Amino acid sequence: MSQPTLVIGNVNWFKYASPQAFYPLAGAMIPWFAWTAAACCIAGLYVSFFVAPTDHQQGESYRIIFIHVPAAWMSMLIYLVMAFWAGVGLVFNTRLSHMMAAALAPTGALFTFIALWTGSLWGKPTWGTWWVWDARLTSELILLFLYFGFLALQAAIDEPRRADRACAVLALVGVVNIPIIYFSVKWWNTLHQGASVSLTSAPTMAATMFTGMLLMALAAWLYCIAVALHRVRSIILERERSADWAIHTAGAERS
Amino acid sequence: MSWGSWSEFFSMGGYALYVWGSYAVTAALVVVEIVLLRSRRRAALAQAGRAGPEARP
Repeated sequence: MSQPTLVIGNVNWFKYASPQAFYPLAGAMIPWFAWTAAACCIAGLYVSFFVAPTDHQQGESYRIIFIHVPAAWMSMLIYLVMAFWAGVGLVFNTRLSHMMAAALAPTGALFTFIALWTGSLWGKPTWGTWWVWDARLTSELILLFLYFGFLALQAAIDEPRRADRACAVLALVGVVNIPIIYFSVKWWNTLHQGASVSLTSAPTMAATMFTGMLLMALAAWLYCIAVALHRVRSIILERERSADWAIHTAGAERS
Repeated sequence: MSWGSWSEFFSMGGYALYVWGSYAVTAALVVVEIVLLRSRRRAALAQAGRAGPEARP
């Protein structure tokens, strides 16, 4: 069977669909993403705590949104990227795509949990309750269970190729939950407030608040890429552990 | 800048539990994830090293 090719700018990008070729590339990219993530996080925290003004309605409790909103965005974005790689893996039968999906799942679950946790800590002083079963909160909780389901299924099936396909189907079916989360505040009359930031209109908040939120979102995004690349390298080594290149690479990198 | 002093900063206008509860748990979870990542990588490196050419099926 001939290899598929996708040539853009004299580079055959399918070359990097092989775990062996991607492993060193991922390793070279990690420091860039990690350090820019750290820089954005420091700048974002500075703006969030020392530049953004006190909210005239919520007081200082609103500063939770600098974590909550980026985490909630990431929880949905990571799921879409994970489902995208799972779909690519199903269509093209590329092992690396499935490995990317598997590498994203734990970080997606992490950001979903952080979104729920910080939302709860914001809800208590603002709404007077830690939790309500409203559409936004419930669909976000379902997202957390989708990530857990993906991870449990991955762990439960011994044969990696079968686990990959089963997880990919689960990930793709679960995509239906993402628009439900996103539009829940419009479709249902929920306790959760509507979007303060949308793609179609100017943000309804102070410019410095918005800057802080964007910097924190950028930090979360870069962090996620660094972490996913780091994790996918471990997954590649785990699955290719009996290949010559992996044995040599592991030997060289351990010393 | 909305803070007169450090103690004012840490009290977060009376919302210290909620604000610092959010930031502390997030920071802790990120640290945990990085620790787990590193240990997984160490295990993967050791495992690939053990499966020498003679150990292959």
